[in-house]
Amino acid sequence: MTTTNGHRGAASDDSPVTPVTLGRKDFTSDQEVRWCPGCGDYGILAALQLMLPELGIPPHEMVFVSGIGCAARLPYYMDTYGVHSIHGRAPALATGVAMTRPDLHVWVIGGDGDMLSIGGNHLLHALRRNVNLKILMFNNQIYGLTKGQYSPTSEVGKVTKSTPFGSIDQPFNPVSVALGAEATFVARTHDMDRQHMQDTFRRAHEHRGAAFVEVYQNCNVFNDGAYDGILKKDVRADMLIPLEHGKPIRFGADGEYGVVTNEFGEPRVCEVAEVGEDRLLVHDEQREDPTLAFALSRLSTGPDMPTPVGVFRSVERPVYEALVDAQVDESVERHGPGDLDALIRSGATWTVE
Amino acid sequence: MEQRGAITSSGTTSSSPASTRLGRVVIRFAGDSGDGIQLVGDRFTELSAVFGNDLATLPNYPAEIRAPAGTVAGVSSFQIHISDRDIVTPGDAPNVLVAMNPAALRANLHDMPPGSTLIVNVDNFTERDLDKAGYAANPLEDGSLAAYTVYEVPMTSMTISATKELGVKRRDAERSKNFFALGLVCWMYTRPSRPVVQWIERKYASRPDVRDANLAAFRAGRNFGETAELFDHPYEVQPASLAPGTYTNVNGNTALAWGLIAGAQLSGLPLVYASYPITPASDILHELSKRKNFGVRTMQAEDEIAAAAIAVGAAFSGALAVTGTSGPGLDLKAEALGLAVSLELPMVIVDVQRAGPSTGMPTKTEQADLLLAMYGRHGEAPLPVLAPRSPSHCFDVAIEAARIAVTYRTPVIVLSDGYLANGAEPWLLPNVADLPPIEPRFTTEPNHDDGFWPYLRDPRTLAPPWAVPGTPGLQHRVGGIEKEDGSGNISYQPENHDRMVRLRRAKIDGVEPVLPALELDEDDGAELLVIGWGSTWGAITAGVRRVRAKGERVSQAHLTLLDPLPSELGEVLARYPKVLCPEINLGQLAHELRARFLVDVRSHTQVAGVPLRPSELEQRMLEELAR
Repeated sequence: MTTTNGHRGAASDDSPVTPVTLGRKDFTSDQEVRWCPGCGDYGILAALQLMLPELGIPPHEMVFVSGIGCAARLPYYMDTYGVHSIHGRAPALATGVAMTRPDLHVWVIGGDGDMLSIGGNHLLHALRRNVNLKILMFNNQIYGLTKGQYSPTSEVGKVTKSTPFGSIDQPFNPVSVALGAEATFVARTHDMDRQHMQDTFRRAHEHRGAAFVEVYQNCNVFNDGAYDGILKKDVRADMLIPLEHGKPIRFGADGEYGVVTNEFGEPRVCEVAEVGEDRLLVHDEQREDPTLAFALSRLSTGPDMPTPVGVFRSVERPVYEALVDAQVDESVERHGPGDLDALIRSGATWTVE
Repeated sequence: MEQRGAITSSGTTSSSPASTRLGRVVIRFAGDSGDGIQLVGDRFTELSAVFGNDLATLPNYPAEIRAPAGTVAGVSSFQIHISDRDIVTPGDAPNVLVAMNPAALRANLHDMPPGSTLIVNVDNFTERDLDKAGYAANPLEDGSLAAYTVYEVPMTSMTISATKELGVKRRDAERSKNFFALGLVCWMYTRPSRPVVQWIERKYASRPDVRDANLAAFRAGRNFGETAELFDHPYEVQPASLAPGTYTNVNGNTALAWGLIAGAQLSGLPLVYASYPITPASDILHELSKRKNFGVRTMQAEDEIAAAAIAVGAAFSGALAVTGTSGPGLDLKAEALGLAVSLELPMVIVDVQRAGPSTGMPTKTEQADLLLAMYGRHGEAPLPVLAPRSPSHCFDVAIEAARIAVTYRTPVIVLSDGYLANGAEPWLLPNVADLPPIEPRFTTEPNHDDGFWPYLRDPRTLAPPWAVPGTPGLQHRVGGIEKEDGSGNISYQPENHDRMVRLRRAKIDGVEPVLPALELDEDDGAELLVIGWGSTWGAITAGVRRVRAKGERVSQAHLTLLDPLPSELGEVLARYPKVLCPEINLGQLAHELRARFLVDVRSHTQVAGVPLRPSELEQRMLEELAR
């Protein structure tokens, strides 16, 4: 750890700081973390603060942008630059940061209500433009900060303060939504597996362009155990389908289950012994067409079915802010750097003596 | 073709056998929105500008791209006032109306005073055309135009015959009839041909058939004026004696876009302009998106809210961040503006006001967003509000907005409007090297024993530091939650919130603009002060001149800075027993002045989607003086 990177570093140091040896403390602000005891957000914060130092990027080159909600408090706890903004608008605000400073590493943090309800539009557009943002959506299927209303990812029939007779809304599957927007990087992880989170966040960082990561997160106060059906230690092996690029899709404690495609090309869960290993679908996250990735995201419609986790899609597409810069550079090359005096005289002019 | 009389030469100052000299003239071109009326208006404007007249223009077009052809709803018009003296408005009422069809006549006749001149394209007065315009009888035949001097000119058929030998198809030839009208009016007012000819040659260089048809039509119109015995002689409007210097003709949206570029250059900051298409502000986005070689980054956002949020993010990252819109968009941006107020980030918000509420009349002007700009956010969320008074003034005000935003770390709203946006006037070009620089004063070093405090204020301006991401050692978090004074840590402490609310207001109250915040033109011994803001400056000034010309005394005050109101304003108002405030709303500034200064301000309001008229203001001032 060097003083230049510390929040309390008294003197700025002009000497280059690479290679940087960083630790968790370099990414930890002096603010007290104020989530409810037992909240899944603690584990996600820890995974981030453990992973980020390994990247060798000093904290002052990182910006965390959030909207409103429990998850959106995260930037306050990071000793990086940060903006805790307004409900739903974090992807747009972060786009402004990335456009202005493409050299920085911009992370966007929010919950399912923030990003899929009030801010759904901004999420879609940040993804389709492929802005170089690392978007972590903490999905707890509930509104926590407003004390327990159903969210756009809550299951049909959910009884909450605002749905005493059960929710009648069809929920979003966030991974399907992101793939539908043709996001170039889409992944899912969960708050019970720190290593998987770290690996997934690192992959998101390494991706050039918009990276969307859904993090299953437990709200132990308003929606406790929402993911118990797939995340409890004793069921996890049978209920999580790890996606690994180039490998046959298999799961189960002994790898006894797998994924094949049926006659319509739709992925289906099967027993490996019944179909044989050769028929298993080999995961290809780099497929240009998002159709198969989308179909994989539809394998599960709720936390009571085997659910794929890992990277669904990772493809290359030009990054938005690089294209913006390229147009600026091209324009300078073609017309020369802007001359204000010439500009205001570019129309017809006349002189009065 | 029938001649009903000679053109009346009101305002004639001298005459020669060849032509009659006029001091000023107001011409309105009107036709179907597909007739190329705005194009003809723009050409006549540039021609007159280069010729040296002072001028002001008032384009007026329907919001629909192609309203049903031939209907009153589809009429587009362009009014231009040219003069041999300094003028400030597009004119009260036209002296001449060029009507390309019955709908154009019908839509504009009510603005034409008795004795004025109507030039109509008689080819378009068939039964079908009359029917579409809603005329039961042909107004050219039923005597209803007896009060006017009417010239019936077969513009379409003469254009067709003029282009026949070029082998142009009849339908294509018809499209050139606007240039016939332009040629005719150019002859009538002795405008030089050359600039139009050169423009046509340049504009249509890649389409020689269109070029040649337009040239032929233009010449035919001119020649018709010269050879037909219809008009006995042309008129002249001499060049105006404007202040020495180099001029160009500019509209408000272009001037505003250039002012933003100037603000970026003067501050050394990259310009980021995020906007969502909306009438009448879109042309600012169009202009800026062409200027990428100035380092301008434009972004067409997914919605108005995103545009504002993108600007906040750009401001946090060290750009000169701007978002532009009109009233409906300003409604949507309110929450993001509140965030910018809370974060205390520099940002400019342009509201090109249009007639509301809701969609209202998108292409028509209004001044009814003043209180929205000042107060339209939840909580105490003050920010400076500026309003340009004329199209070219938009340039100065855009720079001023950037200067205040950067100096005081605050969002600033600029209230332009539909009239300024599209209206044009000659602009005495500034020497850009003389414009004072804007100092961003980025913070690059810790400012406190504890490291970096993002809300430790400059004691003079009360501005917090601006430390942009990427600066080593100054990592900090900002947010919409109330901040502790100085450290910026989250604070729910009652006294702290009260202090922060007052500090944010005090910072805005202390804003000192470089431009005059209040323009004062006082008449010794006057009992009446007329005070306005924004685009009504021209109409009020013209009204004041007329009242003074009658030997009456009246003073004028005009506000460019609406929040904070200039410190001397209270004293100025107190000097006058009578204060009149004309506005294109139901009295928003008057309300503010009455509340702030306990002065019996009287409102003069008209909310018709059009600029105020000098004649009405003159009348009202005379009434106030007699009261």
